[in-house]
Amino acid sequence: MWREIPQRYRLEGAVCKNCNFSFFPPRTICPNCGSKELNLQNFSQSGKVLSYTVIRKPPSDFETCEPYPVALIELLEGVKVICQLTDCDVDEISIGMPVEAVFRKVREDGEDGVVHYAIKFRPLTRDGNLSKK
Amino acid sequence: MRRVAICGLSMCKVGNHYHKSLRELFAKVALDAMENAGGPPVNAMYVGNMSSSEHTSQKNIGVLLSNSIGLNSTPSMLVECADGSGGAALYEGFKSVASGLYDIVIVGGVEKMSEATHGENRKISSKAIEQECEAFNGLSIDGEFAIIMRYYMHYYGVPKRQFALFAVQMHKHAARNRYAQLPYEVSVEDALNMQTIADPVTLFDTAPAGDGAAAVILCPLERAQEFTDTPIEIAGAGQASDTLALYDRKNILTFKATSEASKIALESSKLKISDINLFEVHDSYTISGFLALEDLGVIERGKVGQSVEEGLIDLNGPIPTNLSGGLKARGHPMGATGVYQAVESSLQLRGEAGKNQADPAKVALIQNAAGIGSLVTVHVLKRV
Repeated sequence: MWREIPQRYRLEGAVCKNCNFSFFPPRTICPNCGSKELNLQNFSQSGKVLSYTVIRKPPSDFETCEPYPVALIELLEGVKVICQLTDCDVDEISIGMPVEAVFRKVREDGEDGVVHYAIKFRPLTRDGNLSKK
Repeated sequence: MRRVAICGLSMCKVGNHYHKSLRELFAKVALDAMENAGGPPVNAMYVGNMSSSEHTSQKNIGVLLSNSIGLNSTPSMLVECADGSGGAALYEGFKSVASGLYDIVIVGGVEKMSEATHGENRKISSKAIEQECEAFNGLSIDGEFAIIMRYYMHYYGVPKRQFALFAVQMHKHAARNRYAQLPYEVSVEDALNMQTIADPVTLFDTAPAGDGAAAVILCPLERAQEFTDTPIEIAGAGQASDTLALYDRKNILTFKATSEASKIALESSKLKISDINLFEVHDSYTISGFLALEDLGVIERGKVGQSVEEGLIDLNGPIPTNLSGGLKARGHPMGATGVYQAVESSLQLRGEAGKNQADPAKVALIQNAAGIGSLVTVHVLKRV
């Protein structure tokens, strides 16, 4: 959906002006202190894998995509997001693995009849370069 | 507030009831529950159901179902809180009798999952999780629990085998429960060698999809003797919420709504967790069974697998848990599950639980959760 473009295409979240809490996606009030004084912010494009799964029996609208890895990722700001991992073998994923955001197709032909694009994450090697995969 | 009792109950075996519609499935059970209470005049009805609009296209099923048992003007409504609907319907019924608004209330739960394929049911049950940023990215309810389970294994250094032991224990209980969907025992090897759904969640970490219906009749405790010789008091009730989204959780190894709902329920019943003789907890996945027992304060964190292996949650152990077979093996008809827990525990407290009868069975605690514990109800049931 067009209104979700900022968060889906560039990880736009919010930082609370009152308590400095960062969160994603943006919402009307700060989930930490309840303040309505918020700044929109594009969060960093890198983070680490907190935990993950590989979906092998997907919901019906992802049946053509399996198997695919999905991870709980912590960005540098401490914000957590759920995103797919890409450009890697599922066997090379591990908890703590550093990752960076890339723009990818998530699935085709959803209920809106459109192709859905969003952020996925791919592994970074220890020196900050991309994995060879 | 008035004291509230369960004065009638019924349930059907969980399974694939292809030959019965949603209302047929419900009507038989609800009428049996009313008969069990001696046929009292009903003032209101609350029904827990998660997915009738997906499975049967029908909305407003509170009225569909009250009509199905001959109530054409009695207030009746659907309570929908994903797979926590049954417990939430019980809580609504409890509040309406406790407040003095109604005297006789039917609390039902029903789900008709055999109307859909496995893939469709995965999509439907995944509607319990946050859609905008989690399900959109392909995450399923299986995947949510897989992420939590992997982190649990990593954090506590627990092997997959401990989760298999929990599934084996649930099947052991279900083998003696004639209402169970999967009433047979399995070996640890069987449980470990099942197909993977979402690593590390395998088939035996999940609850089966099934059709089911259960109902209880509530009344003021002071009137319970009019309807039954074996009233069961709802001595305490609590409900709490957590974040809907996993990404909003500070700690993914606790469902804090369980601790909070249980604290409220125990305080209102003036009982302690150590007073509870038996538990029915929401093991929609083996990991959610683990977290339930930890968040209730029954077993130390990280030690559930070990406790299962030591026989602690067995019928003959000190904390008999899910003597029905739990969601894993009794079955998990989504919005009906919380009402099944109430029926099963009441039968235990009445001393009518057959081969799975616990002793002593004076006080039971039931915990029903929606999705990843985003909404939890806890009820404390007591023999009067």
